[in-house]
Amino acid sequence: MDFFLSNTDVFITAIGQTLFMVVVSIVVAGILGLALGIGLYVFRPGNLLSNRAVFTVLNVVVNIVRPIPFVIFIAAIQPLTTQVVGTTIGPNAAAFALSLAAAFAVSRIVEQSLVGIDPGVIEAARAVGAGPIRIIFTVLIPEGLGPLILGYTFIFVGIVDMSAQAGILGGGGLGDFAVAYGSQRYNWPVVYITVAVIVVIVQLGQFAGNALARKALRR
Amino acid sequence: MTSAVSTPLVRLEGVSKVYDTPAGRRTAVDDVSLTVNEGEIVGVIGYSGAGKSTLVRLINALELPTSGRVFVGDSELTALPERSLRAVRQGIGMIFQQFNLFRSRTVAGNVAYPLRVAGLGKAERDARTAELLDFVGLLDRAHSYPEQLSGGQKQRVGIARALATNPRLLLADEATSALDPETTADVLALLKRVNRDLGVTIIVITHEMDAIRAIADRVAVMDSGRIVESGPVYDVFSKPTTPAAARFVRSVLQDRPSPETLTRLRQNHDGRIATVQVAEIPGFIGVVTSAFTGQDVAADLIFGGISELQQRPVGALTYELSGDDARIDAALADLTARGIDWIEEN
Repeated sequence: MDFFLSNTDVFITAIGQTLFMVVVSIVVAGILGLALGIGLYVFRPGNLLSNRAVFTVLNVVVNIVRPIPFVIFIAAIQPLTTQVVGTTIGPNAAAFALSLAAAFAVSRIVEQSLVGIDPGVIEAARAVGAGPIRIIFTVLIPEGLGPLILGYTFIFVGIVDMSAQAGILGGGGLGDFAVAYGSQRYNWPVVYITVAVIVVIVQLGQFAGNALARKALRR
Repeated sequence: MTSAVSTPLVRLEGVSKVYDTPAGRRTAVDDVSLTVNEGEIVGVIGYSGAGKSTLVRLINALELPTSGRVFVGDSELTALPERSLRAVRQGIGMIFQQFNLFRSRTVAGNVAYPLRVAGLGKAERDARTAELLDFVGLLDRAHSYPEQLSGGQKQRVGIARALATNPRLLLADEATSALDPETTADVLALLKRVNRDLGVTIIVITHEMDAIRAIADRVAVMDSGRIVESGPVYDVFSKPTTPAAARFVRSVLQDRPSPETLTRLRQNHDGRIATVQVAEIPGFIGVVTSAFTGQDVAADLIFGGISELQQRPVGALTYELSGDDARIDAALADLTARGIDWIEEN
């Protein structure tokens, strides 16, 4: 406890860094992944914008990138990170890598959420003269909203996990804090309290996600 | 809605639709030509897989034909780019077996959707939505969500949504097939009202003979992608000339006994068995009976029934005939002479 009293600012900074990484990644990955996931869904042969070539490219790219373990991914894209962020350490660099990796994960979650939509409602929209872009925004997203929110909540938890890994690789945040001030100094209370904070962040996210999904699904 | 002059609203000319499936080429619609006039209710009946659903989707260009031409109103759909087809679709309503309502929208939101697509402002949308919900009797459910409605109510919402943009044509794809008989009757009555009061031409796709019998003026029978028989409902179903049409008739009207029924009848009846088609002749039963008694032929009624189609009698009566063979032949010849069709069951 003495440690926290004398290092409150470091701890608060670490929480701030984690929240920063998580929020930036969920927003950026959320938007990129949504676009990619919608692409996977609409270009699939037989679907709204059925196009085998585009679908195959998207599908292969996602299948190549997504299974790469995050600790390897973050190291592998360091040249790109340097180009874009200017550095490979710190929360900005970590947020960049996180956003990219999470976007691919989000794309599959989005695709799965959309697969659950009854094709009949898409046909109904086409039958009243709606075009593909309108259908994406006024049918696909609203009709898939419940599963989408649950999927994003799932990804949120994953991003908190990934942000801790990024932290150890120089990203800062709670993962870095727990290792640098906790386990490496055999200061177990620091580790446990940090874990507790992460658990609270995850719980709050899960709670908010469930509540929103319930509202969207009217259950 | 009866008009002296019949103007064609929908015209299909030699339309085929072929799908390339992993199992090979499959012809869903095979060289179909069909004309539907303004103000008519036309039924297309056939078993699942006969190509009805594909056919109806060719009419609002949800599917494009492999060959042939499709005209709706003044437009040739088969000559238009996708963007123009969207405008055409705004003028054609469609309702579905599974209703296909947007779960994420309220009843009012569902009905307003086509108006939104058509670019109407909020005030106009609200006014039109209220008017439509009033027409289908669901004004009090405007703010409900689809899952809070019964099947019949859902289809009424579907009808309101399909009528939102004042279409001249309504396509009903198995619209009553997911409903119980009573609700089916309500929805069919509503469709009849849409036709009569709003002058909307309706094409009804169904495998239910009852739906055709209740509202259609004309019917086309589809089998394996082709229209095998078509004409006024009474003509097609009082004298079906194809096996497909005959099977539908048998599903609701008493027609000739099926081979299974005939086998059972044979076990109890030793005489010759003949089926007489019910004809619109005054004193029909008396005429038939006197033809037999006149030749001293004992005629036992063993199967059949008389029903009504478009306020005219239809059906068939199967008799066991006992007596001298030559006299039975003479009695049957007498029926033919009186304009009554019969067939001897073997």
